[in-house]
Amino acid sequence: MSRLPLEGIRIADFSWAWAGPYATLLLAFMGAEVIKIETSKRPDHTRLRALSTGPGATDPDLSPIFNDLNLNKMAITLDLAHPKALVLAKKMINISDVVIENFRPGVMGRLGLEYDVLRQIKPDIVMLSSSSLGAEGAESKYAGYAPIFAAHGGLAYLTGYPEARPVPLMGSSDLRSAATSAFAILTALYHRARTGEGQHIDLSSVETISVLIGDAILDYIMNSRVPIRKGNRDEIMAPHNCYPCKGEDKWVSIAIATEDEWQSFCSALGNPPWAGEEKFCDAYRRWQNQEELDRLIGEWTSNYTHYEVMEMLQQVGVAAIPSFDGTELFQNPHLKERGFATEVTHPKIGKRVVLAPPWKFSDTPARVSRRGPLLGEHNEYIYGDLLGIPEAEITQMEEEGVFY
Amino acid sequence: MARGYVIKRKEQTSKTALAGVKVLEYAQLAAGPYCTKLLADLGAEVIKIEPPRVGDEARRREPFLGDIPHPERSGFFFYLNTNKLSITLNINTTTGRRIFRELVKECDILVEDNPPRVMKDLSLDYGSLQIINPRLIMTSITPFGQYGPYRDYKAYHLNTYHGSGVAKILASILPEETPMPTKGPGFLGEYDSGLNASTATMAALYTRLFTGRGQHIDISKQESLIATERVEIDMFGNNERGSTVWLQYMAGGLQRCKDGYVMITLGGKHHWDGLIKLLDNPDWAQDEKYEEEINIYLHAQEINKHIAEWMINQTKEEVYHRAQALNCPAGMVTTVEDLVASEQLKARGFFADVEHPELGKFKCPTASYRFSETPMRLEHPAPLLGEHNEEILIKRLGYTPEELAQMRGAGII
Repeated sequence: MSRLPLEGIRIADFSWAWAGPYATLLLAFMGAEVIKIETSKRPDHTRLRALSTGPGATDPDLSPIFNDLNLNKMAITLDLAHPKALVLAKKMINISDVVIENFRPGVMGRLGLEYDVLRQIKPDIVMLSSSSLGAEGAESKYAGYAPIFAAHGGLAYLTGYPEARPVPLMGSSDLRSAATSAFAILTALYHRARTGEGQHIDLSSVETISVLIGDAILDYIMNSRVPIRKGNRDEIMAPHNCYPCKGEDKWVSIAIATEDEWQSFCSALGNPPWAGEEKFCDAYRRWQNQEELDRLIGEWTSNYTHYEVMEMLQQVGVAAIPSFDGTELFQNPHLKERGFATEVTHPKIGKRVVLAPPWKFSDTPARVSRRGPLLGEHNEYIYGDLLGIPEAEITQMEEEGVFY
Repeated sequence: MARGYVIKRKEQTSKTALAGVKVLEYAQLAAGPYCTKLLADLGAEVIKIEPPRVGDEARRREPFLGDIPHPERSGFFFYLNTNKLSITLNINTTTGRRIFRELVKECDILVEDNPPRVMKDLSLDYGSLQIINPRLIMTSITPFGQYGPYRDYKAYHLNTYHGSGVAKILASILPEETPMPTKGPGFLGEYDSGLNASTATMAALYTRLFTGRGQHIDISKQESLIATERVEIDMFGNNERGSTVWLQYMAGGLQRCKDGYVMITLGGKHHWDGLIKLLDNPDWAQDEKYEEEINIYLHAQEINKHIAEWMINQTKEEVYHRAQALNCPAGMVTTVEDLVASEQLKARGFFADVEHPELGKFKCPTASYRFSETPMRLEHPAPLLGEHNEEILIKRLGYTPEELAQMRGAGII
């Protein structure tokens, strides 16, 4: 087997829910050994509930969402509130390269595990703390979940249609925050590999969203303008929208940037009389009259399936792609050929389709190697084999509830 | 030529995580440039190759200072290209390609966003370039990746967004109000693809320390976007309906108030208790059934009607701070004006003062992370078009000023 990009990196993962675990999932895809530290008192949020799937799970090992966000990882239980747990947590950190957590700022300190303590144990440790609004500032202890990150970060206000309500997005804001965390950790690991120096990274999930609308923020700073959501529309291009196709709730997206593309588009439509009218004669006029233009194009697209429109227009070099729904993605020949999804077998959940890593490396490929761990599944391996704690001691601590 | 000067952030040190890393960028608009901006702001040297005369398409994108379109007045271009060097090069000429290869020889990372067949036709694909630089990490960011039946399909941001399934998910969040699927705002999906590419690029750079070998990274924008809704999309792969069917059980959620909207998200019973206090313990909430958490979800629609009646008389800022003080997770639906005014962002140093010869002095967003030892910095503004032609071509590659003048005349630079 070829080398994995993060071979030899061990991560002590104190994070939970989505924003932390997806960061370590990305690193686990790259071959990092990720050890999740949970307690039975308060296991990872997604084992028992998820904002988007409602409450209801009773068995911490039955959650498909947990499985999906924790592939390739190991899991141990450790009750950090127990007086004997701190020593074990520190032993874990001593053999780790990275520590990640997404408690509210201050919680790691209360547990006796803040960065200043960690670097006494392991001077070159890379620690990332991810919180809603960051560790500094008057609002630093405010709580948040993904929809709040999208709302408070400025993205929701800009998403959707001007005449309708803003769209707060869903779990994607957690995953955006997590992808940023993964990038930051990789950068710190690179610095550490070259200099031997570790560091602490304080990340704000709300800010991970705001940086994705930097251009809109600059519109206000430079021109005092407050941009609002505008659906599928573009500032320059028209046509630039979604058009109805045959079938229920089927749509195709079409975008035209150049005069050449417009001419090809018109010929694909059989040069209808309206296409030659003065009001559509150049990009500026098309943009001005885009509502009418959209209506006319929609009349044409509704005669075909979204796949048919895509094929007809792509053949002449016009950007047309269906607005796929989730089910269509899994039937799509392109995504299938690229292996965008794979399957794992879970002892309690059974077979489960999961998405593959979102990158293709030619030399050191990332991969899904294993289903998500059961609660405390790796206690024996981590405490016994890895940390070398004698069996008698483990048994005693187990009885005392250290691992609960 | 006078360069802009940028005021350093408070935690500025001279140490950067990516000092000495050399990046070549041949990409436009947001995806590729955002990927390399992240690297440049953390200390990498990024040389941006732009087409002569017109430059990166981002230079023709809003916002423009004073709404005057000008290639050096785009805030969009500025934001995505801080700390980079710019040279102009026409790679459709033999000399242009020769210079391109000379630059590839000297760099660690090449980030590009061209259609796969274009790079192949110009013999600038990974197979050709790795011969001249086996340590090269080449990151290619394209709508559908380097292989597969859609490889050569054309797609702008609108199309990749819809082609990823994410637009339909957005529409399903507020079905009663959205007539059709919608793309994410601005260039969101392009930023997402750039971030996704930067993660893979950093992993390749890290692993090269041990293998000594470069590699090719194939980033599909479609897959980058699918990854942003990984959990949601996985459900469809297992023949389950999307999670938005659960939204009707979400107490709180998006709520309209006097001057905008707030978002309330409950993560359990303890947050419900905070919410009820926020609403001043109304009679309807005293119902015993709410002792049991499940009923909060089962009666979410009824609860939300009550919340809406109360909320419409409140201001978003008041609700935000009061809710949080009562342990009820809430956020405002902020406008960009709210972000610029935010005390929290100020306290975090989220905005840095920058200066640019055409744009003047202004504040620019920095990054979401604070590195204790190697902070990001906005040391240099975005470059003017071809600002570093002399520095790169004469000082580094050894061309003479006369040769440069000839190349300029021939439309090569």
